[in-house]
Amino acid sequence: MSEAFANARFGSLTDPPTSFLLTGVRVIDPSNGHDAVADLAVIDGRIVDGGAGGDLPRDVQRIDGRGFVAGPGLCDLHAHLRQPGRAAGETVASGARAAAHGGYTTVCAMPNTDPPLDEAARVAHVSGLARDAAVRVRVIGAASRGRAGQELVDAAEMSAEGAVGFSDDGASLPTAGLVRAALLALAPLGVPLVEHAEDPSLADGALMRSGPIATRLGLAGWPPSAELTIVERDIALAEETGGRLHLTHLSTATALQAVRRAKDRGVRVTCDVTPHHVALTDAWVGGDRAFSWQEPDPAGLGADPFGTPLDPQLAYDGSCLVNPPLTTRPDALALLDGVADGTVDAIATDHAPHPPEHKAVEFAAAAPGMIGLETALSLGLAAVQAGCLTLAQLLGALSHRAAALIGEERGMAIGATADLVVFDMSAQWTVSRETLVSRSTNTPLLGMSLPGVVRLTVANGRATYDGGLLGGEGTAPH
Amino acid sequence: MTGGAAPQPVADPLHPLGPWPHRHLFDVDHLSREQLEVCLDLAVEMRERRGGDQPPGPSPGALAGQTVGLAFYEGSTRTRVSFELAAREMGATTVDLAVAGSSVGKGESLADTLRTLERTGVTTVVLRHSAAGAPYLAARMTGLRIVNGGDGAHAHPTQALLDALTLREALGGLAGKRVAIVGDVAHSRVARSNIHALTRLGASVRVGGPPAWVRGFELWPGVSVSGTLAEALRDADAVMTLRVQLERAAAGGVASLREYSSIWGLTEERMELAAPGAPLLHPGPTNEGVELTAELASSERSLIGRQVRNGVPVRMAVFSLLAP
Repeated sequence: MSEAFANARFGSLTDPPTSFLLTGVRVIDPSNGHDAVADLAVIDGRIVDGGAGGDLPRDVQRIDGRGFVAGPGLCDLHAHLRQPGRAAGETVASGARAAAHGGYTTVCAMPNTDPPLDEAARVAHVSGLARDAAVRVRVIGAASRGRAGQELVDAAEMSAEGAVGFSDDGASLPTAGLVRAALLALAPLGVPLVEHAEDPSLADGALMRSGPIATRLGLAGWPPSAELTIVERDIALAEETGGRLHLTHLSTATALQAVRRAKDRGVRVTCDVTPHHVALTDAWVGGDRAFSWQEPDPAGLGADPFGTPLDPQLAYDGSCLVNPPLTTRPDALALLDGVADGTVDAIATDHAPHPPEHKAVEFAAAAPGMIGLETALSLGLAAVQAGCLTLAQLLGALSHRAAALIGEERGMAIGATADLVVFDMSAQWTVSRETLVSRSTNTPLLGMSLPGVVRLTVANGRATYDGGLLGGEGTAPH
Repeated sequence: MTGGAAPQPVADPLHPLGPWPHRHLFDVDHLSREQLEVCLDLAVEMRERRGGDQPPGPSPGALAGQTVGLAFYEGSTRTRVSFELAAREMGATTVDLAVAGSSVGKGESLADTLRTLERTGVTTVVLRHSAAGAPYLAARMTGLRIVNGGDGAHAHPTQALLDALTLREALGGLAGKRVAIVGDVAHSRVARSNIHALTRLGASVRVGGPPAWVRGFELWPGVSVSGTLAEALRDADAVMTLRVQLERAAAGGVASLREYSSIWGLTEERMELAAPGAPLLHPGPTNEGVELTAELASSERSLIGRQVRNGVPVRMAVFSLLAP
């Protein structure tokens, strides 16, 4: 166990329910606009009245919560937990611990495993692996058999085993006909088709977003039309069929605008964006390390993409290869605006762990994706501190609005099962191999200091991550 | 000569700007105008000493006792040979990592291959690789000195240096000169490194080619994009045309080689659109009949032979500057 976790304990959903009284904590419930300093009492896993009128057991553990924020447990709609078949990068158990460490109480596992999650038994297998995990693990099933884009899966059977959405993530469904069939087949099940929007005829071979940085670096560019053409196609089909469409990891302003217009005319379409697409930019591929909301350094690659010498330590780092690619600064800011105005329904991580041998290679040979479960809240809080989002907007997109898309509820009301996160907004932590719990550490944020330290995660009434707040016994993180 | 004067510190002819501040040569983008000039001046000196009867270069055997590895993951004749000759003239022994006969074909990673070279005593590696950015990875993963021999569509710094030297001598300097670069600029590491070097040395660059091959370059300071060959060549003090990668033409960008040649191919007649007597450069190898005619390649305008001859002294200068 690393030094960073000397006082940390991980629990599981099968532990006994927890009890504590957290005094003077700022309690935020973005589902109803509640935001006030209060005493938060949890007794046997339920939120009870912690105020003067409350009748708490005399021996309940009292903790000074001043300076902390308590909000609903986070819900990730898009995480790659790599089991079965790719456990070198992550397992359900390690990914779930990483999620609890990041403040999550629910994680949706994506189906591009080996074999893919394209049958009911495989959905059940992953659910079984997650039985005593540190978060609820819900399964997004593959939309087509073998993710081959030919025949639809048996969605009703998979849904009965708990699949909460269907996606060939990593690729779009290849034809409009298959999208139409999928939307019709899923409609009676009440679950969405989750589309990764990317036209391979425009995107194949591309290594980063098109633009001045790509021109400078000599990397083939991914044009925004690669996303927009699929988004427009899928919206037309959702509108025609009345089916439920969820567009995941949108990365361009034009695609987001198409979603905004579709929502305005009543199409059943929702979308998510990732923390890295709102916070990072394409200049990171060249070695820049400024967040999208920061004014670019005049001597940096963001402001001077052609003249600035590349940083040999950071340029072409495989950790910045992600699909869809890191976006331009104007697009990143447009996505942030979409979170603020509600066009974006959820922030989802696209947590994509990879072992080092798949990342410490030539940029073109790197496996796409970066981890995100442990840094999502912190990147969001950095955006809040920069004035781009309110705390309620951020927590809404990370928790109850995301949860609603898979039929889960979140709330901080008295009487509810405790499902929450407590974090210290003013504290900073350094992202490092020692401070990350995920089995993989592929993120360009390594070495950076970020705001927001999770102190406690409670899922389904159980303390699943305790960063030293409650103390007591538990299991070590590794 | 008067006696008694205190001896003045002798300026190091190799390092008139002080010690060379760079351990690697990734691209020319991190070289100042003065550093570029030093490098070109040194190349001239190397060339003169090579050609004359004088003892070897100003820093005899700057690489004596060193082993230079030639790691060419892409095919090359002139670049590899000229690096090899340059390294030997500087006193080094060379190791040629023949990709076909090495562990590379067995899936060994770039980092592992280079670490193996390092353990066997190689101190400097010339790397050519199809992946843009590979030289940075090589430097991060090993303690080797890295000289970029061309990485993907990103950079080919020694080609840019030898082109700059060739142009500087043909035009009598580069400040205020207009250089046209014609062809598949988008996929060309030669074009990118040349744009960095030429603009830093005071020239302006006009790029011309089919729209898909010049797109985005209008945003590069000091560069303009021309939609026609006539516009690209107008008043150009020098013209550089690029090798058309036959497989790229097939994959799009142009309808056919014949169409490319009919619109963008350079001929002696079309060169009249440029400034009188404007020289022609080509990084080689040429596709005669595609991007230029055989007559033009061997005409008086052509500096192609001089470019090749400048290859060895430029690379000697680079080795000399980077030598520990």
